[in-house]
Amino acid sequence: MRVRSAEFKKRSAETARDPRRQAALQMLYDGLHKGRIAAAAATDNWEELRVKGRAIKWHTIRNLDYYLELLEERVVANGGKVYFANDDAEASEYVMGVARANDVKTVIKSKSMVSEEMGLNEAFEEAGIRPVETDLGEYIIQLANEPPYHLIAPAIHKTREEISDLIQQAAGGPREEDPKDLTKTARRLLREEFRTAEMGVSGVNFAVAETGSIALVTNEGNGRMVTSAPRVHVAIMGMEKVIPSMQDLSTMLRILIRSATGQRISSYVTIVNGPRKAPEEDGPDEFHLVIVNNGRENLLKDPQLREALLCIRCGACLNACPVYRKAGGHAYGWVYPGPIGAVITPVMSGKKRAKDLPFASTLCGACREVCPVSIDLPTLLLRLRSDLAEGKAAPGERSSVLMERLSFKIWRFGMLHASAFGLGGRIASAGMWPISRRGWLRRLPPPFSGWTSSRDFPRIAFRPFRARFRSRGGG
Amino acid sequence: MRVTLFVTCVVDQFYPEVGESVVNVLGRQGIGVDFPAAQTCCGQPAFNAGFTDEARAVAERFLEVFEGADPIVVPSGSCAAMVRNLYGELFRDDPELLQKAKAIGERLYEFSEYLVDVLKRPDLAASLDGSATYHQCCHLLRELGVDVQPKSLLGSIEGLEMREMEQAEVCCGFGGTFAVKFPELSTAMLNDKLDNAAATGADMLVASDATCLMHMEGGIRRRGDSIQPVHIAQLLDRATAEQESRV
Repeated sequence: MRVRSAEFKKRSAETARDPRRQAALQMLYDGLHKGRIAAAAATDNWEELRVKGRAIKWHTIRNLDYYLELLEERVVANGGKVYFANDDAEASEYVMGVARANDVKTVIKSKSMVSEEMGLNEAFEEAGIRPVETDLGEYIIQLANEPPYHLIAPAIHKTREEISDLIQQAAGGPREEDPKDLTKTARRLLREEFRTAEMGVSGVNFAVAETGSIALVTNEGNGRMVTSAPRVHVAIMGMEKVIPSMQDLSTMLRILIRSATGQRISSYVTIVNGPRKAPEEDGPDEFHLVIVNNGRENLLKDPQLREALLCIRCGACLNACPVYRKAGGHAYGWVYPGPIGAVITPVMSGKKRAKDLPFASTLCGACREVCPVSIDLPTLLLRLRSDLAEGKAAPGERSSVLMERLSFKIWRFGMLHASAFGLGGRIASAGMWPISRRGWLRRLPPPFSGWTSSRDFPRIAFRPFRARFRSRGGG
Repeated sequence: MRVTLFVTCVVDQFYPEVGESVVNVLGRQGIGVDFPAAQTCCGQPAFNAGFTDEARAVAERFLEVFEGADPIVVPSGSCAAMVRNLYGELFRDDPELLQKAKAIGERLYEFSEYLVDVLKRPDLAASLDGSATYHQCCHLLRELGVDVQPKSLLGSIEGLEMREMEQAEVCCGFGGTFAVKFPELSTAMLNDKLDNAAATGADMLVASDATCLMHMEGGIRRRGDSIQPVHIAQLLDRATAEQESRV
């Protein structure tokens, strides 16, 4: 998928001004965020589960080669095939190959963020194969020809009216307004696809190494249809999705689902153990597991940034993030929005293309507070800022302008010399005097004009605290 | 008993009256205040903007200026969090400075934290007529975990009606250079905050960080809102002064 993160400033500002998108984003706080808080409060051993989940993920990431090999071995033993794809193009090519070999005309898909990285739907279309998203939210944005807005609520930004239009275009017939009717119509359309598609493509919430299984979490049951109805099932996973054991899966599901939707468990949890075996009646003839790198090794090889691979894609950090709730999902410009997207997009897709993202945060810490595996997102953002501001790693990645660098050099001098600091303050205060009214300024020159576009700025006090403290004779 | 005050660069230069209130409130509790005149800043502005070398130089100086000071009181959760938590990140490759930073971090307290957790005075027997709503500053709440301390200080003021706003724990949109680099996002966040504060109908908007207050006050002035922004130290200063004059 094309990376459009360089347009973050423009696109986020547009969303912040759009009352329809703002109303939808507010629902994430009132609905999903509050649901997550309530679910955690209702779970006695919540903090214990988080610690455990974090430990499971760290252990796996530190031994990733071992668990990926074990996973491969067990999937093959179950009769499946495993393909390691180094990048999105390799992964797409492999999936196309499987589709061609099986003479596939229609593919049904259940939610997969990695397939978004690959731009898989476009690849199918170019190959003359019809992809159909079956998660209702994904179905809606496929009709709208848009990327997902949110990790678990991909069409959260769409209003009921917009959805009515889209479903009507797909179904023909009269325009429906009631969400119940709209869902029924989508269900009717999708039933036919489930029945006839030759291939199913799914994501993977967790892959269990010891048994060679994949686990899928859905609320619509579409994941179960996609993995069992068609002749061929291809599951696609980022390489960090492996966990060691079934016991670990039980811990991870508990923290994932509560963090994602506030439910104790989703309507469906599907565990797939490869293709249909001899006496079984249901299931696909072929099972393929595609394990994708696509820039994840850039995270893995950095001892600090590696922590981002603990992410289980629950979306809680998005719902908690006041910046995401203003900027919206599309502004982040790639597959993963919000705080986690601001960390992994630059590293996975190239810092040059996404250098604004790590700065698009107030470091308020709400993301870390809700993260089920306690990823220290603010610190990772600070680390990336440090890489980017001076462009130390690569000059082309430098995010700052000369003015900013110069300002911080001057700032450093002032802060290292208390007398210069005091004098500088007085000069600035005097300079602000003629343009201030009752101690406040309405306009500042660039780059500070960003502040005064909507806020007054205080004049520096002519008598700073240090002078007042001296004249009151101490405290 | 005496404390050393790290007043912070923003209070020193923009809100000196907040520093005076800190000295007044502590004085009424029998606490003397020392103020090392060599102090400037903790380094956070540069660190948050990604200028690590500049931040490190200023942070090193902070460690020198406050070496031996105990306890250190700061009227800002954000600056306290910088020293206590983020110096660990800043000096991660320098064991000696890391050790120094850790030691100073353990002796440094945010103002309300010091009053409640160290002095054990969650109730200053203060009184003030009016109503107020409290904005929970991000770093105080989520970096330092200081939540109930300021609330108990405010809640114990006789005559002051506390009204909780919606989303009191959500960021006001300041975020240092964020407010300048992403003005539309920052302003949209600020407007939510000020709308929620105004909806309580309270006379005052209280917060514990001068930077967040500068942001909110700038917006209040531009919007023409009637709510009065006030730092918790100023509010406690007024409320304890009233009590003094009654005696």
